[in-house]
Amino acid sequence: MKGRTIYPGTVEGEAIVSKEPIGFYGGIDAKTGDVIEKGHELEGQNVKDKILVFPMGKGSTVGSYVIYGLKKNGVAPKAIVNKETETIVATGVILAGIPCVDGIDIEQIKSGDKLKVNADEGTVEHG
Amino acid sequence: MYLTKDEEKILEGEKGEVLERMFRLLTRLGDIYGADKMIPVGSVQVAGVSFKSIGDPGLEFLEDFAGKGAKVQVLTYLNPAGMDLEDWDKLGFPKEFAEKQTRIMNAFKKMGIVVTSTCTPYLAGNLPRFREHIAWSESSAVSFANSVIGARTNREGGPSALAAALCGVTPNYGLHLDENRKPSVVINVDADLKYNSNYGALGYHVGKQVKKAIPLFKGLSNANTDQLKALGAAMAASGAVALYYVEDQTPEANQQDINGLETIDVGEKNLDETYEKLNTGKEPDIVIMGCPHASLREISTLADKVEGKNLTKPVWICTSRMVKEAAQRMGFNDTIEKAGGKIVADTCCVVSPIEEMGYKTTGVNSGKAANYLPGFCKQEVIFRDIDILIQGALK
Repeated sequence: MKGRTIYPGTVEGEAIVSKEPIGFYGGIDAKTGDVIEKGHELEGQNVKDKILVFPMGKGSTVGSYVIYGLKKNGVAPKAIVNKETETIVATGVILAGIPCVDGIDIEQIKSGDKLKVNADEGTVEHG
Repeated sequence: MYLTKDEEKILEGEKGEVLERMFRLLTRLGDIYGADKMIPVGSVQVAGVSFKSIGDPGLEFLEDFAGKGAKVQVLTYLNPAGMDLEDWDKLGFPKEFAEKQTRIMNAFKKMGIVVTSTCTPYLAGNLPRFREHIAWSESSAVSFANSVIGARTNREGGPSALAAALCGVTPNYGLHLDENRKPSVVINVDADLKYNSNYGALGYHVGKQVKKAIPLFKGLSNANTDQLKALGAAMAASGAVALYYVEDQTPEANQQDINGLETIDVGEKNLDETYEKLNTGKEPDIVIMGCPHASLREISTLADKVEGKNLTKPVWICTSRMVKEAAQRMGFNDTIEKAGGKIVADTCCVVSPIEEMGYKTTGVNSGKAANYLPGFCKQEVIFRDIDILIQGALK
């Protein structure tokens, strides 16, 4: 699948997929990487070292700083794959330096899939 | 987007990690919004200052970047903080909050940012010129700079404004381009605007109707900058108006082609309805003026009204540190404090924890504050001109 580079980098890892948008501020704990938003489909799961796949960000713009905090605390996802990266997530991954690709048909990815993300080229492949 | 050779080198990391990240942020936002190139900015105003808004994640980010040696390249000011940076203890702000807020300010200062926290930078020493490109954040300041001064700015988020300050440039799109600055709706005003708060009511009403449009006002006579500040602030709060024109009074207003544009008439009745809608309470427990931050003229007028009298309820005037000091020199602050009022600098009634201080109903003269206080601070609102609110507080 070919999309657009938001932040470059090449990684391989296991997908964790949310069909709902993710609001990082109040949604994910920057110290642990746990999803803490009540009632979210990923509530209780952890994003550390995963390829985090979701349609787009939502909520407070402070979410950008939470993404940065995840990276600094060593609990960030290896990469982020979006349907459409809006400015909160774009700002966060760029500040943090997390590889990120958007413009991807995320319906074709399931949690547990092994993925190769080449954010330099903007590609995501099952591997 | 077209990048110069030097700009490409920044992206390749030649000027270090901080600039690489920040420049990449600007280029990516530029790509998302269809910018053709970067343009230099004359000044910046950064949002995301209050600890209440950005929390520990924001604090840690700012300290980290400041520690890596990030330095701004242009005059940069800040949005209001979560407390008065000097009198926080006297005013009752919690110590732990103050400690974190102070760390945020120190990180900004280390980056070379002027630690003056205000939504009216143009009244406090950060004044752009006509047609100057700038990167400002706060919605009422953006509106004032674009509309009353004729500078060029989009409404920036906290990180994108910080990136513009560190890189000295911003992507060229949106309101930086003349073709995106044309009015899209004409507002014919036929109403008595003798009270300053009527400009806030007018702005609230128009912002609700036109949302993101660019309105051109007709029928306003001789508005001063305090009144235009109130008008723009309310429109940016109830809608998302970042630029407006006033016939005969603001830059480039009379050069605009308004043939064939939709026209909206606004009369006394619309303003009365707006007051009715925004007035949700009965009797204020506290009166707050200075949203956006009060000018010296507004403070002087208030000092005249309360001189030698006793206020029977708390009255706060929020302003910038610069204006507070000028008012101090003139004796206005002493006059207001003797009557029982307080001059609060660096912070903002909308982001201050007034609900935690036991207040339930707030009297305001600002359409913007009337818009935000019910949601942000769980307040019932009395929205009236300051003359009426002060008369009530003197009884």
